Amino acid sequence: MPDTHTRFGSSSGQPATRRDGLAKVTGAATFAADNRPEGMLHAVYVPAAIARGRVAHLDVERARAHPGVVRVMTPADHPALAGDPDDKPTRFSFRIEVLQDDTVRYAGQPIALVLAETIEAATEGARLLSPRYEAEAPRTGLDDNAPFDVEEPGFGAPGETVHGDPEAGHAAAIHAVEVTYETPPQYHNAMETHAVVAEWDGDRLTLDTPSQALAMSCAAYAHLFGIPAENVVLRSPYLGGGFGSKAIPSGPMVLAILAAQEAGRPVKLMLTRRQMFGPVGHRGATRQTLRLGCDADGRLTVIDHETLAATSSFEMFLESASNASQGLYAAGALRSAHQGVRLDVGTPGPMRAPGEASGSAALECAMDELAHAAGIDPLDFRLRNYAETEPGTGRPYSSKALRDCYDRGAEAFGWSGRPMAPATMRDPDGTRIGWGMGTAFFPSPMFAAEARATLRADGSAMVETAGADMGQGAWTALAQIAADGLGLPLDRVEFRSGVSTLPDGGVAGGSGHTATAGGALHAAGGDAIRRLGELAAEQPDSPLFGAGNAGFEAREGRVHVAGDAGRGDAFADILARAGMSELVGSGRASRPDADTRDYAMNSHGAVFAEVAVDPDLCQIRVRRLVGAFAAGRIINPRLAESQLMGGMIWGLSFALHEEARHDPRTGRIVNSDLAEYRVPVNADVQGLQVLTVHEDDTHVNALGIKGVGEIGITGSVGAIANAVWHATGRRVRRFPIRIEDLLAPA
Amino acid sequence: MKPFDFVRPATLDEALAAWRPGTAWLGGGTNLVDLMKTGAMAPDRVVDVTHLPGLDRVEVAADGGLRIGALVRNSDLARDADLLARAPMVAEALLSGASGQLRNAATVGGNLMQRTRCPYFMDPESACNRRDPGTGCDARDGAWDNAAILGHSPACIATNPSDFCVPLAALDAAVEVRGPDGAREIPLSGFHHLPGDTPAAQTELRPDELIVALRLPAGAADFAAHARYLKVRERTSYAFALASAAAALRMEGGRIAEARLALGSVAAKPWRVAEAESLMLGQAPDEALFARAAEAALSGAAPAGGNGWKIDLARRTAARALGLAAAGTPARMPALPASPFGPAEVPAHA
Repeated sequence: MPDTHTRFGSSSGQPATRRDGLAKVTGAATFAADNRPEGMLHAVYVPAAIARGRVAHLDVERARAHPGVVRVMTPADHPALAGDPDDKPTRFSFRIEVLQDDTVRYAGQPIALVLAETIEAATEGARLLSPRYEAEAPRTGLDDNAPFDVEEPGFGAPGETVHGDPEAGHAAAIHAVEVTYETPPQYHNAMETHAVVAEWDGDRLTLDTPSQALAMSCAAYAHLFGIPAENVVLRSPYLGGGFGSKAIPSGPMVLAILAAQEAGRPVKLMLTRRQMFGPVGHRGATRQTLRLGCDADGRLTVIDHETLAATSSFEMFLESASNASQGLYAAGALRSAHQGVRLDVGTPGPMRAPGEASGSAALECAMDELAHAAGIDPLDFRLRNYAETEPGTGRPYSSKALRDCYDRGAEAFGWSGRPMAPATMRDPDGTRIGWGMGTAFFPSPMFAAEARATLRADGSAMVETAGADMGQGAWTALAQIAADGLGLPLDRVEFRSGVSTLPDGGVAGGSGHTATAGGALHAAGGDAIRRLGELAAEQPDSPLFGAGNAGFEAREGRVHVAGDAGRGDAFADILARAGMSELVGSGRASRPDADTRDYAMNSHGAVFAEVAVDPDLCQIRVRRLVGAFAAGRIINPRLAESQLMGGMIWGLSFALHEEARHDPRTGRIVNSDLAEYRVPVNADVQGLQVLTVHEDDTHVNALGIKGVGEIGITGSVGAIANAVWHATGRRVRRFPIRIEDLLAPA
Repeated sequence: MKPFDFVRPATLDEALAAWRPGTAWLGGGTNLVDLMKTGAMAPDRVVDVTHLPGLDRVEVAADGGLRIGALVRNSDLARDADLLARAPMVAEALLSGASGQLRNAATVGGNLMQRTRCPYFMDPESACNRRDPGTGCDARDGAWDNAAILGHSPACIATNPSDFCVPLAALDAAVEVRGPDGAREIPLSGFHHLPGDTPAAQTELRPDELIVALRLPAGAADFAAHARYLKVRERTSYAFALASAAAALRMEGGRIAEARLALGSVAAKPWRVAEAESLMLGQAPDEALFARAAEAALSGAAPAGGNGWKIDLARRTAARALGLAAAGTPARMPALPASPFGPAEVPAHA
């Protein structure tokens, strides 16, 4: 039930700098691959060079003969896993490729592993295996295989949702558009590639590996290796980016652990940049057809959103893009449907706003197209279709300050000066200018987490939860929440996180980590304070003596009676009187089912973009991006704004840059490096402004936090694409938008 | 990677003596090391020439030309006052390339030897006549759309991706090399080979020869007031060109007394067409003239696969570069060198 009595101290809301910032910029922070235990071997795997077929030959003898090579694992010769790699031991599990057989299902699939004394020897051993294949024609494009209906795109999302009568909506439409947008495959490219250092001691396993979900990963590894989960110690103090790719164990990580088990020595494996394009998830391609209609006043009669999306040949996860059209605009009828197509690619997976990013891109462009068809300003069009309750279900929103986001974003951007007609704005030098906007929208889920708070004799505290800092600043924001839960200044709180032996911090995904792990930490602090207060209430020398029923609060290292700051006692004094060196509280957080049922819970925002397009050369640059977001309580404005900026920059990347290209004959991705798989550089990000709109939300969770991790990418893609149209009059319906699209004759 | 010998000679003679078949010269390593990591290049011996004395300077020759040592780093050269005074578009090209870190490492000699960015060349699993003669060309009908539009052959559609070499070609630079048989000079215009039937013979440099310097003739300075490099790309930095152009004009009394135009990323070598330059002689600069010159520069262009749009883009790029050159070299390097975007600068030399 909502805790409306939650009191916030002075840490929340402060723009504290990252507590791990100094360690990171000085190189003192140890990432997984920085670990070098005594006797460590290096593992390098061979990625398949074809996308479909089988491995016909590996020159194992030659690899084995290379100096320094100690073991070559192939489909024909590798130790057995205790657990079936096709099992799904946790909620977020995928089938993984661990040399089960010689079948090649996608380019980049591990087909052999070489273990050696040095990284150089392992690399050369892998090269010497010189695989030969029996290749079949790969299927890598959306038209390369027959589509199938999707019941569940992945992780519980529905395959089809219908509210109202879409056909009636189409029939009632005065203005209508039917448009098809395509989004390409995009691959994870966090700065830190996936890595593991695995060390066995009997049936106990220690892993240094970046993880967005420590407890869940331990459960998965324990299942695969047939040991109790508590025998797995997973250390993940720092991650060089996760974005969804480091929540789920992948084949290469498991192979390295298996190799360490057999060798009886620690093993390190780290993916090369090229190896990122395959076994560790990606955002699959989509083709989305939207049929939108509105009446003469611009009120939506229907949003009908169909998605054809790629998944692998052996597993089910695809961009549930159509679901982005549910829950946002007050259309008379809503239909979201998905079809899948099985391709010879690695299994897609969660990638920052999975489904929402691709779906929002197409939806916001289609909205722009319909607004233009109806002769209505794109912002006005969205306001005419503002949903006061969740469309379709009628559920109330737990909070929704989207109208404020539109207002503040539009004002900061200067949207009211936008001419309706496209291709009319120019700089004095002839550069074409365009303005576009999009609505940002992302659900606010919550997972389950636990935490512990220990008050110490000197009045300081230690708080613990196995959370994950992927660079977003969890170490800082979570510590701020914990400090407030304990009524201590931030510098009196020692924060421990990032190792699986601590209480389960839940999954750092779905934009829910601050709310979930933060909720548990806050509850743990509250529990510790309650215990301390009750202890004091029984100490005759304490000012709190006899105050047991009044309830307690804490501030600045003192417990006092709720609502009476004048009657209090210092933590240290209470513990000293009791002769205790410490006092431990525990807490947990998850969302009550009733709240999940009764309320629609989402973060919202509005993104406005200005692009410049060279009139001859068609080079496109984003000059300004303004985003205004309402995401509940903002714990740390500095970090939250960074997260939102990062999302908006990814939106820019989606709109204009990212695309993996498959060779049509082998299925191999030809641009698998950071020179050719483009993401924006600093110089591509010119004006970037983030505004946050405060929301009080007593339903979403006790702390009122909605999450900011993913929403920034939504809205931004459409805003930029719409601005390109507004600059040029050219509507490009395939992402990324490229120079050649604008060069082509109209 | 494949084990190799590593040699670090102290003198030029030692370096030349250290060569044997299978040797790669190591300069800044910004290209070679990447290719060794992918396995596209697998030398038996790497000879690190970065410690050779005397090759890291820019000197003004007696005739007023420049002699640029092969080991001068790109960043240093881009800020060299003698270069900026004579050939600002060379500096502009350098600063439009790669990233600050790469330019700090990359050398003049290494840049001249930069390999194509064709992904099929860089991937040893692919057939590539340029890398492994006779294996075929997987880039044809492949998924790379930044291939050549000029001078390509059935055997190879690679481009030379260098920014630096484009203005050098326009300015008639020459490459000074040393080999076992002594010194010789190779004009830059003939330094890189078109693929023909033998794309593996990428340059005129023999494997046992070493680049020691680059010569920029004194006449280059005649263009300094009207010389620009323009580079078109999807990303503002750290991206190879889709098309680029170096345009240089010598103006006399409002008319073009001499013109140079070279295109980049369109062929296996910087592309110059004599007619494109000569048709501008004696003319007053205007858009129509530059459009005609650009048209002439692209004559004979043909797509290699689905990249026909590059022909149009290169033509537009050439015309724009000529227009920028006519407007005059900016007094200061633009904030985004070689970009069509950026704050307008007042011409200094006009």
